Amino acid sequence: MTTEMKASVLKNLDAVRAMIRRHKRNDILFAAIGLIALMLGLLTLLTLFVDLVMDGYPRFNLKFFSDFPSRRAGEAGLLSAWVGSALVMLVTFLTAVPVGVAAGLYLEEYAPKNWFSDLIEINVSNLAGVPSIIYGLLALGLFVYGFGFGQSILTAGLTLGLLILPIVIVSTREAIRGIPVAIREAAYAVGATKWQVVSDHVVKYSQGGILTGVIIGMSRAIGETAPIITIGALTFIAFLPPSPVSDIAPYLNFEWLHSSFTVLPIQMFNWLSRPDHAFHINAAAAGAIIIVLTLLMNGTAIYLRYKIRKNIKW
Amino acid sequence: MNTVIMQNNTPSLTISPRLAKNLRRNVKERVIELILMLAALSAVFTTFAIVAVLLYESLGFFEAVPLLEFFTGTEWTPLFEDAHYGILPLVAGTLTTSFVALALAVPVGTVAAIYLSEFASHRAREITKPILELLVGVPTIAFGYFALLFVTPVLQKIYPDLPGFNMLSAGLVMGVMIIPYIASVAEDAMRAVPMSMREGSYAMGATRFQTAIRVVTPAATSGIVAAYILAISRAVGETMVVAVAAGQQPILTFNPTEGAATITAYIVQVAMGDLPHASIGYQSIFAAGLVLFVMTLAFNLIGHVVRKKFREQY
Repeated sequence: MTTEMKASVLKNLDAVRAMIRRHKRNDILFAAIGLIALMLGLLTLLTLFVDLVMDGYPRFNLKFFSDFPSRRAGEAGLLSAWVGSALVMLVTFLTAVPVGVAAGLYLEEYAPKNWFSDLIEINVSNLAGVPSIIYGLLALGLFVYGFGFGQSILTAGLTLGLLILPIVIVSTREAIRGIPVAIREAAYAVGATKWQVVSDHVVKYSQGGILTGVIIGMSRAIGETAPIITIGALTFIAFLPPSPVSDIAPYLNFEWLHSSFTVLPIQMFNWLSRPDHAFHINAAAAGAIIIVLTLLMNGTAIYLRYKIRKNIKW
Repeated sequence: MNTVIMQNNTPSLTISPRLAKNLRRNVKERVIELILMLAALSAVFTTFAIVAVLLYESLGFFEAVPLLEFFTGTEWTPLFEDAHYGILPLVAGTLTTSFVALALAVPVGTVAAIYLSEFASHRAREITKPILELLVGVPTIAFGYFALLFVTPVLQKIYPDLPGFNMLSAGLVMGVMIIPYIASVAEDAMRAVPMSMREGSYAMGATRFQTAIRVVTPAATSGIVAAYILAISRAVGETMVVAVAAGQQPILTFNPTEGAATITAYIVQVAMGDLPHASIGYQSIFAAGLVLFVMTLAFNLIGHVVRKKFREQY
């Protein structure tokens, strides 16, 4: 090798090394940008939460939870809103969970592979993508006027129940899919019927996964505003629905189902849409409470799923 | 069913108590299967109910309003004395806010997805994915507060002419809400690209960044595009952020620094008022809802088709 060739190789080598350095720098640069992009959402949430807590700070006391809404911002509270939310959630839970779990069981364990099952599956995935306000219109036309339920807790609960049905169905199916076929075969081998296999084994082992989906669905329902506004729920409610339990026989009554109501996000929207800034403080406090509530529920669900994934070894 | 046939073929045999029990068992099994099937069919019923209610109420609307005026009119004032029924201003508002949202969410979401799929360590992914999920769970009304009372004042410091209600801040906040959705759907698509393709690229001396941009992203294009299309459908159907922060005036404009009502904001606005059942104003929200439903359905269908049809087979 002549000295000239050596020199040119060395020179090229320098160019190659410079290129490698440049590309490695690009790698690090992109990793940093990616991390920022990923954190943008989290930072926004953090800013939002801090903003809500700082704005709503003066209203964080027990009286805020035990007062009815009022025309005077400083005296307005969340009592009717959180009671309403609790009762609506009860109806939602009682409708969405049995129907959703049953539908999930059917699709995963019973449904034959044909056009009929495909039709149901397409519908479930389609419903998951329907905007929530459309469920409000459905409820307005069907529940409020069609069935004559009016703007009641029953209507709101059923509406939110329909809304979270796809979430419960999908999570039930995912939970069931994780159970090995061998478990079912073992049960069949000792003479169990299909329903015995499903109820004694499939449901039992997928409980955790189903619960995760139910919690995520309920946390979605508790923060939903648009469908409830659309059914025409009143926003100024200064009374409580009749109590579901009473001290005289038959101890339970269902008048509360037909009572008008308000829920946490509606109350927040009501305060937020007033021009008076004093009410915005109330809205901020209500918003902080709703966020804490949903984050706690979602956090529990995610933790639960993590635990299940870690613990189950078939 | 088998027991019945056996019984017919061998009439001389009396049914043993055990077989009789088996027969009852079969009937019970059938009944249970039927109940589960009905639960699964609730998804189909819901879809039909949505379409039926929207069409039924819209038909009344279109008896009074010619289709041509609805789709080409540039004024939307159904509640005024001088009523005009042109949906275009609402569609323009919806598209403008959605465009702003996607202009933010598409680049940031894609970069975040590439980072998650190609750069992040297993541990980092395990931590960030649940955080993204938490973000999806935050109620939209809280984001509405953020858009109106935090983002708009900040933007007004940069553009002092910005009105209090504007599509820019609503769109940006909606974009932040959609980022986690795009990131997680696009990441799923990238993770489906087989490892051998990355290894081939690394073996040629490519860096992570080069592999991500030139090998993984092209291979996952269909999934990434599907993520964008599904995100459009979300933005179009989003209600509370635009209802709170984008304004209530139906103005035909594509300028994001102005305030304008979207389809969803209009529905909320009307539902908050006290419109008599079966009036033209009441029917107009169903006509607007029908347009919204068709738009989101179209985007959802296209998204699913793109994801299914153009999925690369390796």
